[in-house]
Order: sequence, then C-alpha cells, then structure tokens
Amino acid sequence: MESRGEPAIRLTGLSKAFDGKVVLDRLDLTVAAGESIVVLGTSGTGKSVLLKHVIGLLQPDAGTVEISGEDFWKAPRMRRDRIRRKFGMSFQEGALFDSMSVGENIAFPLTRHTAKSPREIRERVTECLEMVRLPGIEAKRPSELSGGMRRRVGFARAIALAPEILLFDEPTTGLDPITTDVIMRVIEELGSRLNPTTVTITHDLKVAFAIADRVALLYGGKIALALPPEEFEKSDDPHAAAFVRGDSTLEPEDGREVAPPASPPPPPRGSATIGAEP
Amino acid sequence: MIRLLEAVGRGVLSVFDTLGRFFVLAARTASGVVRPPFAFRATALQVARVGADSVPVVVLTALFTGGVLALQTFKGFSRFHAEGYIGSVVALSMLRELGPVLTGLMVTGRAGSAMAAELGSMRVTEQIDALVTLATDPVQYLFVPRVLAGILVVPMLVVLADVTGILGGYLVAVAYLGANPVVYVENTFQFLDMEDLTSGLIKAAAFGGLLALIGCQSGFDTRGGAEGVGRSTTAAVVLGSLAILIADFFLTKVLF
Repeated sequence: MESRGEPAIRLTGLSKAFDGKVVLDRLDLTVAAGESIVVLGTSGTGKSVLLKHVIGLLQPDAGTVEISGEDFWKAPRMRRDRIRRKFGMSFQEGALFDSMSVGENIAFPLTRHTAKSPREIRERVTECLEMVRLPGIEAKRPSELSGGMRRRVGFARAIALAPEILLFDEPTTGLDPITTDVIMRVIEELGSRLNPTTVTITHDLKVAFAIADRVALLYGGKIALALPPEEFEKSDDPHAAAFVRGDSTLEPEDGREVAPPASPPPPPRGSATIGAEP
Repeated sequence: MIRLLEAVGRGVLSVFDTLGRFFVLAARTASGVVRPPFAFRATALQVARVGADSVPVVVLTALFTGGVLALQTFKGFSRFHAEGYIGSVVALSMLRELGPVLTGLMVTGRAGSAMAAELGSMRVTEQIDALVTLATDPVQYLFVPRVLAGILVVPMLVVLADVTGILGGYLVAVAYLGANPVVYVENTFQFLDMEDLTSGLIKAAAFGGLLALIGCQSGFDTRGGAEGVGRSTTAAVVLGSLAILIADFFLTKVLF
C-alpha cells in the first residue's frame, strides 16, 4: 500500500512543545493515498496535537508537513488555504457553527469556495446529509441535535467539498455503543464511497480495528509502531500490548519521558496562532 | 529581589505581547477588509445587531447626562449670572466629549462584551479551528464585519446621543430651572460649529473600531473553557473602556 506515487501525508521530524513540555518529539509518519490510518494513544499523548499539525492548525517547532508532496509551511498563505481545501476535518464535538442551521453549516464551504448556484448547493447539502444518514434535517439548529447527530453533521460538512483527505478527531468518544456503531458504519461507508485518505485518532480499539488499514500507536511523542490491525493486535511491543489488553501493569517503566500531563495539553492559542495561521 | 524583577519582567512582557498581538490582528483585519471575499451581508447584520443592542442604553445615558450637565452648569454659572450659557455648555460638552466617550463606553459594555463572548465560545468549541479547516481566515471572517460595524455604528449612535443629550439639557433647563424655551434653544446653537460635530464623530469612529477590535481579540484569544469565556468578556470591557479613555485624550489633543 505504501510506495504508490506521492504519499498523501508525510510528517518528518515533527516536534512540538507547549511551555517547555514536549508533546511531539521528532515524529515521523507517512500515509499513502487512499489509506485509512488510525492513531491510537492514551488520553493526553498528543493525538489531537498531531492531527492539528496535519491540517496546519498548529505550526511545528521543527520538522515538515508535506501534503501530496508539497511542504505546507513553505507555501504562501493563499496556497495554504488551497491545500486545506483538500481536507475535510471532523471535530470531536462537531464544532458546528451554532449561529447557522444544519443546512447552512454544510453549505458554508460550498458557498465560500465554489461557484455553485443556490440550487446546486441545496442538492449537495441534501446528498451529504443522506451520506451520513440524517436526511431532511437541514432546517434544524445545531443546539437541537444529540451529540452523535452533531458529529455526523460535522462529517457532512467535512465531505461537502469532496475532500481527498478526511481527518476524524475522536469520532466516537463519549457516545453510547449503539451511536458508536452508527458512526463507525457511516465512516466505513464514506470510506468506500469517497475513497479518501483518512486519519482517525481515537482510543477506542473497536473503532480502530474496524476502519483501519493500519493502526499506529502514539507514545512518548513518537509513532511507536504502525501495523495492519491483525499484526497490531498480536504485536509483542509492550506499549501496544498494554493498550490492546487495557492493562496498565504491562506498561514498561523505561523512564522514557512520558510527555503527557493528565489532561491534553492546552494548545497555546495565543502564541501558536499568531505567527502561524488561524 | 530577583523574583520580584522576574515578576515585573513577565508583566511587562505580557503587556507588550498583548499590544503586539493587537497590532498584528489590527493589520490582518485591515488587510481582510480590502481582500475578497467581501462581507457586505455579514457587516450589515453586525451593524443591525450592534445598533439595536445599544440604542436604548445610549439614549438613556445621553438623556440623563444632558440633564445633569444642565443642572451642574446652572449651579456654577448662576454664581456669576451666566445662566444664559447653559445651553451652549450642554451642547458643546455633548458634541465634543461626552457624546462620543459615553456612547463608546456603553457600546463596549453591550456590543464589545457580546463579541468577546461569541468569539470566545466559538474558540472553546473549536468553531474557530473549524473555520480554518474550511480554508477560511477566521480573522477576516469574524473580525472584519464586526470592526466595520463598530466604525459605522458608533458615529450614528453618537448623533443620537448628541440629540438626546441636548434634549435632556433642554428638558431640565426649561421644565425645572424655568429657562425661556426660545432663548435656550437659540443659545444652544449660538456657539456651535460644524467642527464640534465632526471632531466628535471622528472620535466615535475611532472608538467603534477600537472597542470592536478589542472585543474580537479578547474572544479570539480565549483559553480554558467556560471560565475563559468569562475572563475574555471582562477583559473586553475593561480593556475596551481603558483604550477609549486613553485614545480620547490623544484624539482630543490632535483634533483640538
């Protein structure tokens, strides 16, 4: 699966520290076009930070982010927004614009980045909502939706521009098993219908094994291993084993810097956003 | 001793950090104004919102301020038999100084804080990150309509405040202090210049831009959940008010 042309995403030597606390430490990761990779890691290992680097929400202290062979941070600002249009990102709680209706949320990227007519946009919105199995809720407000529905509307907004790369930030965290199952099926369906490159971060093994071509484990600021699901499950890597069995006693105490604090490191909105972009 | 110096140093650094960011964001907003896509509809919406939010409080403030001005001036001027100039004093003070400053402060409290709260909750619910992932510059998308609305609406509100303030003075002078209505009105406009009005409106536009920019920045830089949104809202009001009062001094010096 690797080695077919230019990889969709290539992270090289990625490092990021917040207030002196190292979160990513010379991390390397390559994702082939069309591949579905799931990044596992315990809470606070920097999974979200990793994902935010992929789409340029955070600028690395060191290292490069290449999207289809193009160095993201070397590109001029306008070009960066072009590159971002290749992406669709779904946020943990949906991150829907609560000043807009569901339909307006999904139409947002279409009205901003395409020359489609209002009718074409309406049709595309309907289509996207059907793909996430929520037909006919265009007029609802985000506040009227359940957590699972909000996330699926977030998916619909993310796929509106038919992106090449889909990013899922903890798509099932905090949802009941039934809703989790619905979300998993929707993700699988999107995968087979749109054939995107996907990066999913989660700590839910079931989700990981269901949708991944490759499962990666983030540990100590690096990708500790990345293997196909069957091999990952059987791996004798102590971190992977501890994770798969949910047994903290298996974690080796190797004195390696375990960067994460108890809660995810607060992204330094102030400083990171200034020189960088958002 | 060293710890004290460290604390002072940190404080100074953080002040300059905030100031520097303010100018960076101001520049990005300015460049966002001239760069497409242009946000006519969003700006109109903000104009309506800021205006509608602020009209009642601005009217009340100006009405009573005009009244108080008339009372106080009467108290002082009657000592040297200059009661005839109450109208002029009220009108001049309102147009040149109190109209813009009080309106600016009131709009900061209403609209500046609302901007900070809105952008702050967008920040903590990742909506601002979502904007970026949808290839939309959040500064352009969120700041530009609000700052333009501030620049446009506050002068309009100031005109309203000027009129109500003068009306407040008139009511007090005529109904309570027994001034002759015709003489009072004549007196009001006797020494007024067009320049009194325009200098007030220039101030108003500056205050409007400032308070909107500060409200947006406070919200945009929010960290730490609901509590952070509360802090940002407070910061928007405190910093916005301070900025208006400081800017007022310098603008008055320039426009004198």
